[in-house]
Amino acid sequence: MRTIFRNTSSGVDTKLLIKDAAKLMPDATRRAFLRGGASLGALALLTGCDIVDGPSAERALMQVSYFNDRVQAWLFNGNKLAPTYRDTAVTRPFPFNAYYPEEDAPEVDKEDYKLLVGGLVENKKSWTLDELYALPQETQITRLVCVEGWSAIGKWTGTPLREFLRLIGADTRAKYVWFRCADTYSTSIDMPTALHPQTQMTFRFDGEILPRKFGFPMKVRMPTKLGFKNPKHVMELAVTDKYLGGYWEDQGYNWFSGS
Amino acid sequence: MSIEVTQSGAIPAPEPELIHPAWVRIAHWINFVAVAVMIGSGWEIYNASPLFSFVFPRSITLGGWLAGALLWHFAAMWVLAVNGCIYLALGIATGRFRRKLVPIRPADVLADARAALTGKLSHDDLSVYNAVQRLLYLGVIVAGIIIVLSGLSIWKPVQVQELTALFGGYDAARYVHFFAMAAIAGFLVIHVIMAVLVPRSLRAMIVGR
Repeated sequence: MRTIFRNTSSGVDTKLLIKDAAKLMPDATRRAFLRGGASLGALALLTGCDIVDGPSAERALMQVSYFNDRVQAWLFNGNKLAPTYRDTAVTRPFPFNAYYPEEDAPEVDKEDYKLLVGGLVENKKSWTLDELYALPQETQITRLVCVEGWSAIGKWTGTPLREFLRLIGADTRAKYVWFRCADTYSTSIDMPTALHPQTQMTFRFDGEILPRKFGFPMKVRMPTKLGFKNPKHVMELAVTDKYLGGYWEDQGYNWFSGS
Repeated sequence: MSIEVTQSGAIPAPEPELIHPAWVRIAHWINFVAVAVMIGSGWEIYNASPLFSFVFPRSITLGGWLAGALLWHFAAMWVLAVNGCIYLALGIATGRFRRKLVPIRPADVLADARAALTGKLSHDDLSVYNAVQRLLYLGVIVAGIIIVLSGLSIWKPVQVQELTALFGGYDAARYVHFFAMAAIAGFLVIHVIMAVLVPRSLRAMIVGR
């Protein structure tokens, strides 16, 4: 376990991640995320205390967010499929979206690529792209809903994650599956979502090899979660009981973010 | 009611009739806070992906950025929903809605609206709502139900996909949610103006009489 998480839990990546987040959003802005409340006199009634000085209100809001994680886990039905669409409904061109411009999307070399597998699994062997491509694949046309509100319909082809988890002998009683990406991104999901029939290790988009902008060589597509929970350029996957959050989740976005 | 004779021998005026029972007043002010938070944070969420060619100025939104606004929105939704359900249940169970909000006759609405706009509408008896009030209060309750259901459709378009489909799908549900907000915001403008014009009505919503 230790070796798997070294990259993210110690020095280098954490610093990069913080630097990256800071670049995206000045700390002053982030800390002030409650300040808007001051303009609404009504809010004084809500807390009865100083709401401009945010930390205590922020903590309270995060507690509600954790409560909402539990509510969503309870609402989640592992057999309920996301609606699927016809090929003509696919949004073309499909929008690129990330916390960096398209030209900064990571370039992953297909010859060197190896998917690292770790945590609570029986077989920790790494997987080359050819080995992954040889797995049985299926196609889904589903709606991607962004946390920003917009949505787009895409056509993704790949292997159901639950099939892969079975192949590697994952302990499916574990709580989470965690993903590390080729950029500074990471995310983690609940096991029921990982086992959902539409949760897919995606290798192709709209009939083509998954392009760099959409996460070459592999993304994980889950139509039961918001777009930011669908990691691109996945380099490593781990099954774990430890809560590891994620890039956006650590900045205040709701962790479960189920659709 | 027993009437006590005061020292001077004068008979004090009987206490005015209770216009709004405590449960109405409590639910009203909890709802006021919840709606303020929902609209303020909702505007910030709207700004992340605007449906129209305008955004709401930062100075009137709540949350500072998208994640903050979402935290506020998904916290206040519990207050709004729980308080709203209690209000609706009591409004129906006590017969208050039936007594106060119906019937609404179109002719009365037109007559009362004309009287209101020419400054001739009487507000002497606050315990009886005129036809315009009935229409607005019932309308805002309906808008409140629609905004909660369309919000649920946007939040859970997979788990409650049948409801989302009823609103015409995910993207359409966003527009429904927006217009329900606009209706409620429009109501609030009129509602606050009227409370200022008839301060006794504000007093009644605070102390009940």
